[in-house]
Amino acid sequence: MNGTIISITLRGLLGRRRALLLIPLPLVVIGVGLLARDSTQAEAVDILNGLGLSTVLPLTALILGTAVLGSEMEDGNLVHLLAKPISRAEILLSKLLVAVVATVFVGAVPILIAGILMTGSYSSIAQGFFVGALAGSVLYPAIFVALSAVTKRAVVFGLVYLLLWEGVLGTWLRGTRMLSVRHYLLQFADASSTSPFINADVSFATSVIMSAILLGLAVWFGTDRLRSYNMAHEAI
Amino acid sequence: MTGDRAENLQQSPAVPGVQTAARGGTLVELQNASKWYGNVVAVNDITMTIGPGLTGLLGPNGAGKSTLLHLMAGFLAPSRGEVLLGGTPTWRHIDVYRRLGLVPERDALYDFLTGEEFVYASAKLHKLRDPRAAARRAIELVDMAEPADRRIQTYSKGMRQRIKVAAAFVHDPQVLLLDEPFNGMDPRQRLHMMDLLHRLAAEGRTILFSSHILAEVERLSGIVQVIVSGRLAASGDYRHIRRLMTNRPHVFQLRSSDNRRLAAVLIGDPSVAGVELDDGALTVRAADFGEFTHVLPRLAKTHEIRLREVLNTDESLDSVFSYLVAQ
Repeated sequence: MNGTIISITLRGLLGRRRALLLIPLPLVVIGVGLLARDSTQAEAVDILNGLGLSTVLPLTALILGTAVLGSEMEDGNLVHLLAKPISRAEILLSKLLVAVVATVFVGAVPILIAGILMTGSYSSIAQGFFVGALAGSVLYPAIFVALSAVTKRAVVFGLVYLLLWEGVLGTWLRGTRMLSVRHYLLQFADASSTSPFINADVSFATSVIMSAILLGLAVWFGTDRLRSYNMAHEAI
Repeated sequence: MTGDRAENLQQSPAVPGVQTAARGGTLVELQNASKWYGNVVAVNDITMTIGPGLTGLLGPNGAGKSTLLHLMAGFLAPSRGEVLLGGTPTWRHIDVYRRLGLVPERDALYDFLTGEEFVYASAKLHKLRDPRAAARRAIELVDMAEPADRRIQTYSKGMRQRIKVAAAFVHDPQVLLLDEPFNGMDPRQRLHMMDLLHRLAAEGRTILFSSHILAEVERLSGIVQVIVSGRLAASGDYRHIRRLMTNRPHVFQLRSSDNRRLAAVLIGDPSVAGVELDDGALTVRAADFGEFTHVLPRLAKTHEIRLREVLNTDESLDSVFSYLVAQ
């Protein structure tokens, strides 16, 4: 990790107009939590899973994950970091850390607040979904930071991934659930909660192993892409 | 072209780089380096050595100068050949940045930082022992001490260029690569930058800057690498190349008090390759630019012909470069 990169990335993130997109997302989650205060436990689980874990959290991670690296690649600032004798892993991990911490605050904490509002206390359901959201605050940004290192259209590809892979295919094709982050997160929520209303389809062991592989691959691949960063698009 | 010519010229005055390298200077070397994108060849089989001192990379827009600089800076992989800095390949070797500073052409900066924060961050990223002092030294070097506490977004183009140089120079690199450093600068800022580059080069550093403007290179550099269509068109002492450029055939359009008589007079002069008389305009193809510009006023005066207009129709850079390629 590199304090200078973290500080520059954070200041850049807060100064970008794209950061404004983040404001409504946690408000929606907390707002729905407020409105659904009288809901049953089963309804609370549906809301926290469908709206929080499966929609707002990945969208928040998409905005943040692509902002910390992709934006700098787009506008050309990144070359000032890359023209330094610092390891590319250090650059990637520093940027990922900023995205992770920001996703925790903007994506995971509102899920916890909504859980508390809907179940009336720091319940097992709220705790489970908070743990799932914390895991998602690491996995999703890692995917989107790595994607930013590969393509300038990371936002588009990220959206397609979320809608098609995590959304449609993960819902209708049971076989793809083993390769779906959304289902790992639900498993982590299930494992951290005693509530009978949280039901995961993927086993805990599979979720842990696949998450570790995914995280490792994303960091390795993103680092390798930074090592091979080329300015071809500027040169011709 | 020109491969032969380039080699021949390199034999002569471009070699100071190689000579001083023996005293410990850092060389940038390209060995048969090519870079292509699909069917587009951006850099075509270039072999050159850039040594200590100031070297200008000259060529029209789109000639491949930026590609070449990006290859040297380790931000492009050569499709073929080698690009070395101090003997180390630049691609995927981050250690080269200890000895290399890059001033990219693109005007991208962390606008939300002050100039001082930007240079200080560069010093810290280089893990310098006293980053604050290094930043101050680099900022003073580019004469930016006074506006250094202002945000970069308030800077003029010239100030942005200078703060980029300060950030690239903060670790006192042996090699400094600058991509079109004079773009957008006013004349005073240009002079200041030229003076700075001269000083840095005089201290034994290898400084390479690219430009598409002949006059900039002429004022700055004794050694020039001319790139045209991705190839090394000429290489060597600027005066030699300048002579090649001035001696090439030029086309002039003349208007005078008596075009017909002027045509008859000029056709007999050895500096003229041909004349055409058409609708009151006289077109002259000069075989020797330098000689013709001396002869024309003298002949006109002797024959009492008043020259009303003398227009050099092919003084554009493209025609100069095309000529060099054809040679």
